[in-house]
Amino acid sequence: MSASTLRRRAFPANWSARATAFGLMLYAIYAFGQLDITWARLSVGFGEAGRFLARMWPPNFSRAELLIEGMLESLQIAVISSALGILLALPLGLMAARNLAPLPLAVATRGFVAFCRSLHYVIVAILFVKAIGFGALAGVAALTIASMGFVAKLFAEAIEEISMKQVEAIRATGAGFGAVLVYGVLPQVASRFIGFSLYQLDSNLRNSTLVGIVGAGGIGGTLFAAFKRFDYDFVVAILLSIIALIFIAELISGRIRALLR
Amino acid sequence: MNALMREWQRFTPMERFTRWAVYFALVVTLVWAVRNVEIIPEFLIDAPEQMVDLLVRMWPPDLGHYHPAVHHALVETLHIASLGTLFAFIFAVPLALLAARNICPYPGVNAFAQLLLVTSRSVNSLVWALIFVAIFGPGAAAGTFAIAFRSIGFVGKLLAEALEEIAPGPLEALEATGAPKGHVLLKGAWPQIAPAFWGVALFRWDINIRESAVLGLVGAGGIGVVLDDAINFFQWDRVATILLTILVVVVVAEIIVTRLRAKLI
Repeated sequence: MSASTLRRRAFPANWSARATAFGLMLYAIYAFGQLDITWARLSVGFGEAGRFLARMWPPNFSRAELLIEGMLESLQIAVISSALGILLALPLGLMAARNLAPLPLAVATRGFVAFCRSLHYVIVAILFVKAIGFGALAGVAALTIASMGFVAKLFAEAIEEISMKQVEAIRATGAGFGAVLVYGVLPQVASRFIGFSLYQLDSNLRNSTLVGIVGAGGIGGTLFAAFKRFDYDFVVAILLSIIALIFIAELISGRIRALLR
Repeated sequence: MNALMREWQRFTPMERFTRWAVYFALVVTLVWAVRNVEIIPEFLIDAPEQMVDLLVRMWPPDLGHYHPAVHHALVETLHIASLGTLFAFIFAVPLALLAARNICPYPGVNAFAQLLLVTSRSVNSLVWALIFVAIFGPGAAAGTFAIAFRSIGFVGKLLAEALEEIAPGPLEALEATGAPKGHVLLKGAWPQIAPAFWGVALFRWDINIRESAVLGLVGAGGIGVVLDDAINFFQWDRVATILLTILVVVVVAEIIVTRLRAKLI
């Protein structure tokens, strides 16, 4: 055997990557057929898109009153549901942390928290709209469930990562469970918890502009109505306001995060 | 003696003041929201009773409804999510390359790519779905494009960040051999970002499975259409079946993603 065949090629062909790419391409072709997406349909669609975009411009802010009312309601939904969700997440997170809570309780709480997260908040909002009627209350309830699940999960993970030395030190002084929490656990997780809460407030703000599509209050209802009535210039006005609101909220929460650090 | 008795404080008075000001502002916002939000008291009092009524109507789930209607809708949802993720990558990879400051040295191009990514991210997938339903008409095509366009911003941002963090050494070594730009990217940059790439792909696929389940509510295909129909006809036992199906799929997708991630990364 000569030396040249023994020498490894510097950049060998990556056959597994090529096979993966080929497989994905085959899948894409198969899925296109399954979903009935054809070129004829797409090309008609692109023609429609031109007309659609033309009707969107210029944005129509003449119904500013309706717009502001909806935005304020979205803001209220976001604030209340974040507060409620975070408040409920505190004990849940504690109960789900395997290093502090007894194992059966932790497993049960984890299951409950995972259940809260696994249904999309819009689906939860539909159920609440059917159960407790149209309006902001349903939106608040749906987003509270979602925030609770999300924050509790992150909070539990943060608690599981703490150093147990401080907890043991406080326990060794004979402190009760409450004192252990306040002096041993909270100082280690407080800053991360504030980070999660701010993140959740941001994401609730995004989501609260949407739950209105299923009748759970906020600007989403106005947006959906405008879409149904083909008022595309008003649609663009609403979308621009939502983007502006989210942008401002991200700026503010970034500043708060920097301040509290 | 007196100096030893002094009380030490970690933050300056100004820092403490701003901190309390932020807390105060948050509380004021919360109070304002609670006082002004439009909640009908009758609905609030009625809520527990209505919830119980809904759950009673949902039980037992009409499992016979699963095949064929829900099953076909479910397969469509999975196709929408997977194809949408694939599509997103086709657009997101070039945009990420343009947005990464160490790959593309033109600040104007970076800013433009970032702007496109931010726009894609800030419009929710349900709103993208509304837009594409208006363009392509109701159906899975609108859903696929909605998922793809929402994912571009997410994937592009994370890939661009991964690209900006890579070590410049391998790229420079390849450039020194006279390798063309494509080779530099493929053999210098790709091996460094491959773990991040697969991580992002799996993560986004998981999110897209969840999101594509609701697109049907605005007519963009998938299991949401069946869900919407069942709700509109008040067939709560069927709704329960569909919700259970979604729950199972989401959990299974999460398990698959966790397994694959442990294997790939």
